[in-house]
Amino acid sequence: MHSFIHFIMGPMVWISFLIFFIGVIFKSFQVIKLINEREKFIYTYLSLKYSFRSIFAWLTPFLPVSTRKSPVFYSVSYVFHLLLFIVPVFLLSHVALLEESMQWSWFTMNDAVADILTLIVIFSLLFFIIRRIVVPEVNFLTKLSDFGFILIVALPFITGFLAYHQFFAYQWMVVVHVLSGELMIILIPFTRFFHMFMAPFTRAYTGSEFGSIRHAKDW
Amino acid sequence: MQDTVTTNETPESNKKDVIDEGVEKGLARLTPEKISTVINQVLTKETGARFKVYVETCMRCGLCADACSIFLSNDRDPRFSPAGKVKQTILEMIQKKGKVSKQFLKDAVRIAHTECNVCKKCSMYCPFGIDIAYMMTLVRRICHKLEITPLYIQDTVNSHSATMNQMWVKEDEWIDTLQWQEEDAREEFADLRIPLDKDGADIMYSVIAPEPKFQAGLIYQTAVIMHAAGMNWTMPSAPGWDNSNMAMFTGDFEISGRIARAHYETATKLHVKKIVMGECGHAFRSSYDVGNRWVGWAMPPVELIHAIDFFHDLLTSGRIKVKEKYKKTVTLHDPCNISRGRGLHNKAREMVNILCESFVEMTPNREHNYCCGAGGGVINCGPPWKGARIVNNREKSVQLERTGAEVLIAPCHNCHSGLEDIVHHYGLNMEIKFFGDIIFEVMEKTIYQNDN
Repeated sequence: MHSFIHFIMGPMVWISFLIFFIGVIFKSFQVIKLINEREKFIYTYLSLKYSFRSIFAWLTPFLPVSTRKSPVFYSVSYVFHLLLFIVPVFLLSHVALLEESMQWSWFTMNDAVADILTLIVIFSLLFFIIRRIVVPEVNFLTKLSDFGFILIVALPFITGFLAYHQFFAYQWMVVVHVLSGELMIILIPFTRFFHMFMAPFTRAYTGSEFGSIRHAKDW
Repeated sequence: MQDTVTTNETPESNKKDVIDEGVEKGLARLTPEKISTVINQVLTKETGARFKVYVETCMRCGLCADACSIFLSNDRDPRFSPAGKVKQTILEMIQKKGKVSKQFLKDAVRIAHTECNVCKKCSMYCPFGIDIAYMMTLVRRICHKLEITPLYIQDTVNSHSATMNQMWVKEDEWIDTLQWQEEDAREEFADLRIPLDKDGADIMYSVIAPEPKFQAGLIYQTAVIMHAAGMNWTMPSAPGWDNSNMAMFTGDFEISGRIARAHYETATKLHVKKIVMGECGHAFRSSYDVGNRWVGWAMPPVELIHAIDFFHDLLTSGRIKVKEKYKKTVTLHDPCNISRGRGLHNKAREMVNILCESFVEMTPNREHNYCCGAGGGVINCGPPWKGARIVNNREKSVQLERTGAEVLIAPCHNCHSGLEDIVHHYGLNMEIKFFGDIIFEVMEKTIYQNDN
């Protein structure tokens, strides 16, 4: 048991990140190769100026009309995506672990704050689940895998929260926490989680077509 | 031949069971092997990075739904949302590896050809900017290759293919129509010409085939405007005069490219400086954005401007003067292909203000307009689909009614026809006009005197 925990908290973390990076590189090359083989015109129409115009417009809260049509979902989604990075990256115990093993260290947030932010993430995910069930046009599009994605993201946050408070089965919580976190990292390049990398590019291309060819806004 | 492929279709998916002869006869000819071969050929050989990334990136958030006037007109029925249409067509084709039933294909034709105007508004509502209209075009491409395209629009494409115009207009009829309009106009305006094949003219004016076929008065009006403004212009006598392109909407990209090339080659042979096209939206999309790309021109090889751009220039430069502003209250419909397609909505508004006394905006407007419901080849699918098309655009009638305007300016042929049906069906008391109609009515019809 001890050696298993040692493995998943040690080498497995690095293996996960390795798979993640290799996956991202592999998938990116796959897309670039496809562009070069079939759709070279994408380079012709891609415009740096209009790519950034579109990306910034879509990062500005409530600038796009679309986001104003669904203000609650958009707000929850915006906060959720920010916290998805902020919480794990600036969590004291994560940084402490890194410092211990690699002597890397950076700003950390107060544990009480992290606790609240974690709850916000968990409730956001709960909101997404309810929305997928309740809103007809979203429900129509929802597959079982969509709930699966939510669960995969939720697990590390829920188990992290429970482990921190040591409510019960502390050791198991930590094990599930670490494993589910690693699972999420590994899955990113190979599932629709990859939108994390692709979204800026799809936005950029549409922004370029709208901006430089069609002289219109795309938000 | 027995259809061995089955899918679990819900009876609801046949809510609008329209019989389209082209689709029915085409389906009867299909075999399961042919179906899966064609679908897999298109989805694996004719697509690239965009398709792959779009399919793998969509998080099914449903934000695109609010963009779609067809979705809104059907009381937010999820089957009409943009991503919903992708799910019912492309995603299922991928999932079943092309092994889909004839009933599935019948629904796919209906969805892609008559329940999507490929207006691209949804890519403005998707946070990732996924081009859902492109996905629907792919479905149409598959239908084209399976030869199950709706009858009426296929006939239009056949006409393009045989005559290089969409309405089977013969060459002599075309020339005759222009000369007839010239003759009529010369009775009112001294020395007016519709110059045919004038080599080296500044402008080649191109129209869509319905103009000579049954709206010749529009050519008359343009001739009067050209005459009054003193433009050095010409119209081509040879095929290539029609800038419309229904093949672009049926996924018959080969014909679509030929049409765009013929249009530009005609202009090149006449050594004109630029092409001005009449008030049509899809024709602009074809020449400016789609057909040219298929031929290999990243951008139009000859400068091409839409009538709005041209008229705007005539009005602001003073070549055309307004004698008395138009009195009735007007509202303006933004055609997708020239607002979202070319950002001409602001120039259109400036023109309305120059031409008319009273202007009411309809909302939403500019890039966020609702489609006329006819665009993207939907109206060209013809009479069998007319009823469904009007129901699918109830939202537009609500929007129009809210303005309370007497006159609706729609600078696009397709929009005109679609809006006529909407106005008529929902009992709105509205006249529909082109910018050309208004300019013709309010302009000083005197011959432009060049000081030099």
